Amino acid sequence: MCVVCGCSNPEGHAHGHGHTHDHTHGHAHDADLDFGANSARVSVPGMSAERAIRLEADVLGANDRVARANRAHFEAHGVVAYNLVSSPGSGKTTLLVATIEALRRAQPDLRLAVIEGDQQTHHDADRIRATGVPAIQVNTGKGCHLDAPMVAAAFERLPLHAHAHGPAHDDHHAHLLERGARSLLFIENVGNLVCPAMWDLGERAKVAILSVTEGEDKPLKYPDMFAAAKLMVLTKSDLLPHVDFDVAHCIAYARRVNPAIEVLLLSAKSGQGMDAWLDWLQGEVGEPAAAVVPASRDETAALKARIAELEARLAQVTSVQGAAT
Amino acid sequence: MHEMSLAGGILRVVEDAAAREHFTRVTRLSLEAGALAGVEVRALRFALEAMTPGTVLAGAQIEIDEPAGTAWCMACSRSVAIASRTDACPHCGRWQLTPTGGTELKVRELIVQES
Repeated sequence: MCVVCGCSNPEGHAHGHGHTHDHTHGHAHDADLDFGANSARVSVPGMSAERAIRLEADVLGANDRVARANRAHFEAHGVVAYNLVSSPGSGKTTLLVATIEALRRAQPDLRLAVIEGDQQTHHDADRIRATGVPAIQVNTGKGCHLDAPMVAAAFERLPLHAHAHGPAHDDHHAHLLERGARSLLFIENVGNLVCPAMWDLGERAKVAILSVTEGEDKPLKYPDMFAAAKLMVLTKSDLLPHVDFDVAHCIAYARRVNPAIEVLLLSAKSGQGMDAWLDWLQGEVGEPAAAVVPASRDETAALKARIAELEARLAQVTSVQGAAT
Repeated sequence: MHEMSLAGGILRVVEDAAAREHFTRVTRLSLEAGALAGVEVRALRFALEAMTPGTVLAGAQIEIDEPAGTAWCMACSRSVAIASRTDACPHCGRWQLTPTGGTELKVRELIVQES
C-alpha cells in the first residue's frame, strides 16, 4: 500500500488508475503581473485573495470507483465474489479449504479461485493451492486491509479472468458473459475486525467469520464490521461443549448492530452445518438448468433437526429481548 | 492503522482539486467525519498532521465536523439520534435501527489561496 495516497499500484495493464507522488508547487511563468486575474477580479493590498471550493468529496471515492469497476468486471465474467472478514485465528483458511473440498464433490462444474490477503508470507495461498484451486497472495506489508486496487490487480492474474478474454484484451471492449460461466471467488481479507469494514472491494457480500472460541460479544465490540456483513458464520461448532459461548446471545448482539444479518453455525472439522453454508454460497450463483440433486433422507432429517434447533433458539432470543425491554 | 490510508485519501482529493482549480496552497480544510463513520478523529488529525508538510495542505487549518448519528427505528417508526451502532433506540429501547445519518467521511470544503 502506498502510504502517501493509500492506494496500491496495480501491475500489468491498468484500469485507468492514476498514481502520482508529485507534490511540487505551481510555477509562475508570465512576465506580466495581473492583479485582476484572480477570481474576485480585484486586488486588495495586504490581503491575498482566497476562495472557497466546495467539494463534498467522499474520502474513499478513489477506492470506491475501483470497487465499482471490480463489481462490473466480476458480473461480466459470471463471478460471484465474497469478502471473508474476521479476527486472525477464526478459522477462515481452514473453512475455505473444507469448502473447496465440499464444493468439488457437490458441484464439480463450479470454478473456484481465492485471493488471499496477509501482511506477510504466502502460507495461506499455499494451503489453498494444495487443493488444486488457484490462489493469488496479496501481501499488504504494513497495511491492515485489502483495498479495491489490490483486488483488481490480483483478479487480473487469475484463470477466472483470463478464461473469458480473447488474446487481444483491453479495458474498453465489452465483456461477454461466457455461456454457462459460474464461478466463485473467495477473497480472504487480512485478519482484522476493524479496518476492512470500510473498504469496498467490489464483492457481492461481506461474510463475517467468528469462532466459538472467541467472545460472544464480538459483534458489539466491532459493530462496524458486523453492520457491514450480510452473513455471520460461527465456526468451530465442534468445540461448543468445551467453551462458554452462548450462540443465542451472539446472534442477538449481531442483530442489534445489523437487524438483517443472516447467521450460520458450522464446523469445518466435523462437517456440521457445511451443507447450509454451501447452499448460501450458491444461492447467489444460481443453479444450473440440469443436475438438481434431491436431498437424501438423511440430509432432510438433518435439515429438519437444524430448523427445530434454530426455532428453539429464536424463541429463546425473543424471550430474552422481551424480558430486556 | 487505516487513518493513515484515510489521510492519504484526503490528500489525494485535495491534490486532484488543486490540479483542476489551479491553487497551490490551502488555508483551511473542512472535513466531515460522522459519529457512525467508523473513523477515530484524533488519529485522523494526527495522520494528517504527519502527512501534510511539503504538500499543498502544509500549514492548513484542519477543521473536522463530527455530525451526530441518526437512525430510523423500525419498531417505533421514527428517526432518532444515536451515538454509536450499538445503541438502542432512545425512545423504545429496542435494537431495530437502520443508520441514516452521521455515516459519512468526506472533504466538504477548501479555503484556498490564489497562487
